[in-house]
Amino acid sequence: MTDMLIDGLYREGEPIADTKAPDVADISQMWTERKFDAALVNPANRRKLDVIIVGTGLAGAAAGATLGEAGYNVKSFCYQDSPRRAHSIAAQGGINAAKNYKGDGDSIHRLFYDTVKGGDYRSRESNVYRLAEVSADIIDQCVAQGVPFAREYGGLLDNRSFGGVQVSRTFYARGQTGQQLLIGAYQALERQVGAGTVQMYSRHEMLEVIVVDDGDGQGPRARGIIARDLVTGEIETHLADVVVLATGGYGNVFFLSTNAMGSNVTAAWRAHRKGAYFGNPCYTQIHPTCIPQTGEHQSKLTLMSESLRNDGRIWVPKRAEDCEKDPRQIAEEDRDYYLERIYPGFGNLVPRDIASRQAKNMCDEGRGVGPAVDGVRRGVYLDFADAISRLGEDAVRSKYGNLFDMYERITGENPYQVPMRIYPAVHYTMGGLWVDYDLQSTIPGLFVTGEANFSDHGANRLGASALMQGLADGYFVLPNTIRDYLAKGPYPKLDESHPAVVEAQRSVQDRVERLVSVNGTRSVDSYHRELGKIMWEKCGMERTDAGLREAIEEIRALRQDFWTNVRVLGTPEGLNQSLERAGRVADFLELGELMCIDALHRRESCGGHFRAESQTEDGEALRDDDEFAYVAAWEWGGDGGAPVLHKEDLVYEHIELKQRSYK
Amino acid sequence: MKLALSIWRQDNPKVPGRMVRYDIDGVSEDSSFLEMLDLLNEQLTEKGEEPVAFDSDCREGICGTCGVVINGEAHGPERTTTCQLHMRSFKDGDEIVIEPWRADPFPVIKDLVVDRSAFDRIIAAGGFISANTGSAPDAHATPVPKEHADRAFMAAECIGCGACVAACPNGSGSLFMGAKITHLGELPQGQPERDARVAAMTHQHDAEGFGGCTNLGECTRACPKGIPLNVISQMNADLRHAGYGR
Amino acid sequence: MATSTLPARGDRKVSSSILLKTIMAASGLFFIGYLLLHMYGNLMILSGREAFDEYAHHIRTFGEPMLPEKGLLWVLRIGLLAALVAHVWSGMALWRRARGARSVRYVKKRAGYGNFYAAAMRWGGLALLAFVAFHLMHFTWQTVTIGEAHASPAARVIDSFSHWWGVGIYALAMFFLGMHLLHGIWGAAMTLGLNTSLRRAEQIRLTSIVITTIIVVGFLIPPFAILFGLVD
Repeated sequence: MTDMLIDGLYREGEPIADTKAPDVADISQMWTERKFDAALVNPANRRKLDVIIVGTGLAGAAAGATLGEAGYNVKSFCYQDSPRRAHSIAAQGGINAAKNYKGDGDSIHRLFYDTVKGGDYRSRESNVYRLAEVSADIIDQCVAQGVPFAREYGGLLDNRSFGGVQVSRTFYARGQTGQQLLIGAYQALERQVGAGTVQMYSRHEMLEVIVVDDGDGQGPRARGIIARDLVTGEIETHLADVVVLATGGYGNVFFLSTNAMGSNVTAAWRAHRKGAYFGNPCYTQIHPTCIPQTGEHQSKLTLMSESLRNDGRIWVPKRAEDCEKDPRQIAEEDRDYYLERIYPGFGNLVPRDIASRQAKNMCDEGRGVGPAVDGVRRGVYLDFADAISRLGEDAVRSKYGNLFDMYERITGENPYQVPMRIYPAVHYTMGGLWVDYDLQSTIPGLFVTGEANFSDHGANRLGASALMQGLADGYFVLPNTIRDYLAKGPYPKLDESHPAVVEAQRSVQDRVERLVSVNGTRSVDSYHRELGKIMWEKCGMERTDAGLREAIEEIRALRQDFWTNVRVLGTPEGLNQSLERAGRVADFLELGELMCIDALHRRESCGGHFRAESQTEDGEALRDDDEFAYVAAWEWGGDGGAPVLHKEDLVYEHIELKQRSYK
Repeated sequence: MKLALSIWRQDNPKVPGRMVRYDIDGVSEDSSFLEMLDLLNEQLTEKGEEPVAFDSDCREGICGTCGVVINGEAHGPERTTTCQLHMRSFKDGDEIVIEPWRADPFPVIKDLVVDRSAFDRIIAAGGFISANTGSAPDAHATPVPKEHADRAFMAAECIGCGACVAACPNGSGSLFMGAKITHLGELPQGQPERDARVAAMTHQHDAEGFGGCTNLGECTRACPKGIPLNVISQMNADLRHAGYGR
Repeated sequence: MATSTLPARGDRKVSSSILLKTIMAASGLFFIGYLLLHMYGNLMILSGREAFDEYAHHIRTFGEPMLPEKGLLWVLRIGLLAALVAHVWSGMALWRRARGARSVRYVKKRAGYGNFYAAAMRWGGLALLAFVAFHLMHFTWQTVTIGEAHASPAARVIDSFSHWWGVGIYALAMFFLGMHLLHGIWGAAMTLGLNTSLRRAEQIRLTSIVITTIIVVGFLIPPFAILFGLVD
């Protein structure tokens, strides 16, 4: 490690590499090989092995159910009142699988290729190939569980093409695919709860990971968690042989996002502070078709399916002075159908990041529409007038009726008569804790699955791939890789009086008490809102060197103010929602800084992010493969210390790197 | 908008609760009902009063976390979840009475937050298809007629919010249970355990202390997903087929 | 150990509320069958006193000599009593459960179909029970008389319903019965698992309205016919 501070912000450490993927030339044999190499655990020994799984979304519930079925002793945690409510439930579109049921030329290799390309060549080939490989098994598993996927009249499963992909490989259950998949996994999990192999801890929030050196010469390992019972306020210690984090993404660092109110980074961030590297924190996905913010009161943004862009035309007024007008009064020649103008080939169907960035550009130019928030109108029109006159209102209704209804319920405007207003919003985070091929983090015994890890989507995620990854990790990958780790157990019996456990417990207790005792003047939400604004403006879809540096300074100041001036009413005992939020926001305030540092160091435009300093002559994103074809894995540098960057080089042996173009 | 709110405040499950009146001003018509409560909580925090506890998560009507009884109606006057109810459904100067779901199997944890884990236990008792991971045949091995798939989907839309229990004069969870039984019972994959499922789930439902269904239909009127009452009839038929679980 | 299937739970202490509902439905349907017969008998009065007295005599001697006198009547009476006990007992058990499921009441309650019928079925049911007792005292045990006492059943009926308040009592009872049937038939069909689609639901609604109307109107024809002097 060099001691020199780079940019005054971070240091660079030794490179890092995945050592678990088998060294075979044929990528299609890699997973088979790994499954065979991974040690087995005798069925009789399994119940002696304790597994903690935090999070009950697709990745967590699926893993809990599968490991429970296998006979391990599982403890499952979620902050929600029921495991069925994890935010995977809100995914609308669908789930990809290389089934090739449509016979249109799909294959594992094609799904692999599309995912790597979609991720703008910033993901690891081995992991992505495996994802494509197990995708077909997911569909079989879900159908067997009774997930009611859409079917054709012949009784077979229907597929659609999604997100501009040329094959129909997306399975769906109307606009509620995430819900149906999660309920399937939840039911499988509850079945194990009933069978006694899984103990469920709802309304529990993990606040620390316990890392212990057992003194067996193997170094420190994750051996449990500290969790707060959100109902009683009790700080509980749970010990185990292995800990799995399936705690989702951190999009709520932006305050306004499509994530659930409770979605947070705390579990992942606590693990990061204990030694788990954080991979590519600045990779976030912005979704172009969300319902714009209407005012300061707003608590979250709602996403509408991207399929709306198939028939809707996006425009803003040509002149800023027209922006207040009723859109129906603006003449055709005074409208700027900017996507059709700039990208005549793709028009309104350009990829998510381009559609998002151009919408922001229009609004920043002062041509946004809708109510002004903080003096800026953030919205563009998505107009169905053409589609309605071409296809008829009924046809549009049958295609998009539920989305139109949702829009009308939220905005009070009828989109059959007035153009919809849309604006991009943060939707998913590709970054997350760094894991190897086995999904193990840099802390041995700490595995990370689903959106919480960084592994499969590179710098941008394809539509209908999040559900695929969550279930692939939960049902098929983790249960196979974790047994290799568990086969070496049971690990030495650990007592709650072990100094490392006591220390973890005390640090959590201290932190909770500190939050309650600041007793300042500002509410938790007001800090969260302010952080969100900084992140959105300066670490959102378009970033500049100067902006990011400012953001880092602002976040540091905000964090300092938070710890001296936040107001958390009530006591640590019993249900205290302000306290819950305060802990989460405190962690977001640390994560936000790392995201900005990561964004600052990555001086290239790639995936969902546009770096203003790295663009082509005509203003398009310019990736820099020579400099940045690596995963940035960040090591915690201590409170007040500088984070340490470890680079994992990305090598493409099966897919050729290409610069994308949509002009 | 200016509103007069009466909200149920209860510190914990062991102490009795009471209605407390709050006047709130400056509510935007465009805000959701829960954002109105957020605003109230911000104002309470400023005054040093403890904010009102209420549950919510996704705030897009799908996770089923939120839900309060508004002027005697579960999820309020519109057929949707509380998070998707907007203040334009109310008038300036309205008085709004806000209470938690009231049912003994859903004990109040604090203020408007209730414990719905009884629903999880009903699912754990039998609301699943036993298909161990990795044991599944190819997804196309068993075609499912579209009308069965569609009915299963309709029933599977339940979000488990508990509005059916809150709205039922008997505090029954039959719509929730019937939805799951219909969802799984419509599919060929759900047949082997069909009898055992209905017997185990209905038994758990009664053991939790829910009331019996008297077919009044308040549940389906309150259901944000519009689950029809016929799922309850389906459950009754299935239970008869199962010999009432004896 | 690894699990393959989950065995059904062992404890069976709670009797199924759906079983209780089925008992209510079955006993209720038995009552409906009886009511239709009863109504048919009542309408005999339109054919004159002799026909009615003949009918009243005939049900006492029905099946003779295979059955003793009033044999059929006693079979019916025992059946009705059993159904009544089952109906009231299961209704009460469900009522108790419902109350136990919500010991803290809503401060504000919405007026609507459910809250109305929840009360209408229970309190209305009790009112019907009271009416049945009155009705037995009036026509079977003859401990209550409206007008004068008569040996002929037809004369008792005609005298009773020549008084407006006699008709009033029975009309009120029919109102309660109508409400009870309107929801009861629907509920029985639901409980017996007949409502399997939205179309079925409509058919059941219609059926419950038709049967209720037939019974209520059928029972009200004789008293009003007598009151308006159409039967002599």
